[in-house]
Amino acid sequence: MLELLKNLASWLTSPAQWSGPEGIATRILEHLEYSVLATLAAAVIALPIGLLIGHTGRGAFLAVNLSSFGRALPTVGLVTLVFLAGGLSVWPVYVSLVALAVPVIITNTYAGMAAVDPEVKDAAKGVGLRGRQILWQVELPLALPLIMTGVRLATVQVVATATIAAYVSFGGLGRYVFDGLAQRDLVQVLGGAALVAVLAVVADLALGGLTRLLFRGRPAAAR
Amino acid sequence: MIKFDAVSKRYPNGTTAVDDLSLDLPEGGVTVLVGSSGCGKTTTLRMVNRMVEPTAGTISVGGRDILEADAAELRRGIGYVIQQSGLFPHRTVLDNIATVPLLLGWGRRKARARAAELLELVGLPGDAGKRYPHQLSGGQQQRVGVARALAADPPVLLMDEPFGAVDPVVRTQLQNELLRLQEELRKTVVFVTHDIDEAVRLGDRIAVFRTGGRLVQCAEPAELLARPADDFVADFLGAERGLKLLSLTSLADVPSAPGRAIRADEPAGAVSRAGGRWRLVTSARGEPLGWLDTDALPAGGTAGEAALAPVRPLRDTDSLLSALNEAVSSPAGAVARVTTDGVLTGITSREAIHDRAGRSHAEAAGTTTPAAATGATAAAAATERPA
Repeated sequence: MLELLKNLASWLTSPAQWSGPEGIATRILEHLEYSVLATLAAAVIALPIGLLIGHTGRGAFLAVNLSSFGRALPTVGLVTLVFLAGGLSVWPVYVSLVALAVPVIITNTYAGMAAVDPEVKDAAKGVGLRGRQILWQVELPLALPLIMTGVRLATVQVVATATIAAYVSFGGLGRYVFDGLAQRDLVQVLGGAALVAVLAVVADLALGGLTRLLFRGRPAAAR
Repeated sequence: MIKFDAVSKRYPNGTTAVDDLSLDLPEGGVTVLVGSSGCGKTTTLRMVNRMVEPTAGTISVGGRDILEADAAELRRGIGYVIQQSGLFPHRTVLDNIATVPLLLGWGRRKARARAAELLELVGLPGDAGKRYPHQLSGGQQQRVGVARALAADPPVLLMDEPFGAVDPVVRTQLQNELLRLQEELRKTVVFVTHDIDEAVRLGDRIAVFRTGGRLVQCAEPAELLARPADDFVADFLGAERGLKLLSLTSLADVPSAPGRAIRADEPAGAVSRAGGRWRLVTSARGEPLGWLDTDALPAGGTAGEAALAPVRPLRDTDSLLSALNEAVSSPAGAVARVTTDGVLTGITSREAIHDRAGRSHAEAAGTTTPAAATGATAAAAATERPA
């Protein structure tokens, strides 16, 4: 056990391991590329849907149940399916990651919108805000904390799941996991997994910091 | 100013919220809509700024049919205050108040300046402007709600149970503030409450609704209390409506006799019993201090040092009801009358108050004109239009 940890430490700290086109630094950048692009695409798709459902109140059932549906979706199965249908390209990876992130963001966006005090919305309408102004000036700012939570959750899931890129022959930190499994190299598998975990935690903390920055000055009760 | 003409609101499920309402609300007056819950008073109020659309009839504000205007623009011209204040929790108090001016395109600087002005007008300290609504007390939030409604100086103010969620002490303060503001601003106010005492305190006119959305009676408070249209209104006004009527009459024209007062620095032993058992003791300036019992005079010391029964002096602006209360609770059975500076002007006996109270009931019941009641009766004559 101790031996294993020692090997893992030297694997993670050896300068040779970090540089080059197959080094850890490159893999991290690849991993981040998949994750960031997929999360952004998911946000672009999910935010308008969640806001629309929350604002109009129509489709609430869908919004509430989407996230459990998303959780039940086998990502590896999906990536294989899209891969088989679409051939050798990086698209199956993106499709799968986006499909993973969209439900989480929709559900949280809707939850944030639904949590806005109806009295406040009534007052906003009563003093003369139009529907769109209520959405942008009242509902969105008040729902934003929960929306950000959704984006954070989605990001962490996407970072953790982006390992599947390697499953269909692409890069990212998943490379170490799948290569290590194929070569029966436990140290490499563990090293890759540890890096993925650290990356997910860092992404979560970074978004948490961003959220705090966004709501700086606002009292806790209004967050 | 606000005119309801044969207005009804029926929901698709068959319930009638407001039934054939015709009512004219005079400019610059406070009209209070009262009734138990589900009587349509809030629906009536919300139809004025089109938060609820009527299914029949027309409503006009300032002579203009409200359906002709764009709904959002209409609302910006009508102040709106609701029970939980409905303030935007993510905006500072100042930005909350500036909402409508900003919607009207005033520009940030001018809107902020106006908001600061209103903060003062509703009696809040200037530094409250930078806070968030959650950092204020319920009463303060309600003041901000009123300030937000007044920001663009609308001629009409709709208030939907604005003081329903604050404690009785704060509610009385807020009611007084509203009366003070109204004295100054003379808005056309529509005020919804289920509290009849609040209605009597604030209303220039009171419209009583009953379940099913029917207006039963609309009249000035004194008229309503003296001559309720039917048993429903009488029940709603409560068993003490005679006393409530007294709360509307001032003490001003009740006669008072020159006081048999003695000064606090006079020796207690020298007080004569000739003027009755209880003698009023005043300060050197003439402010009433308490009642001295001449049956239990101390052997030495001044009148001011003796044990005095408490006195609550009343001014001319105080109501007959508070005078009656004081006359009943004071051992002397009389009321000390003072100037606004608190200096004694005379003493009014319980009998004089009783006389005036009886007369005020007779006046209210006998000589009032039925003009104020026409709003309610006109409704019956109007025909309903197809929705």
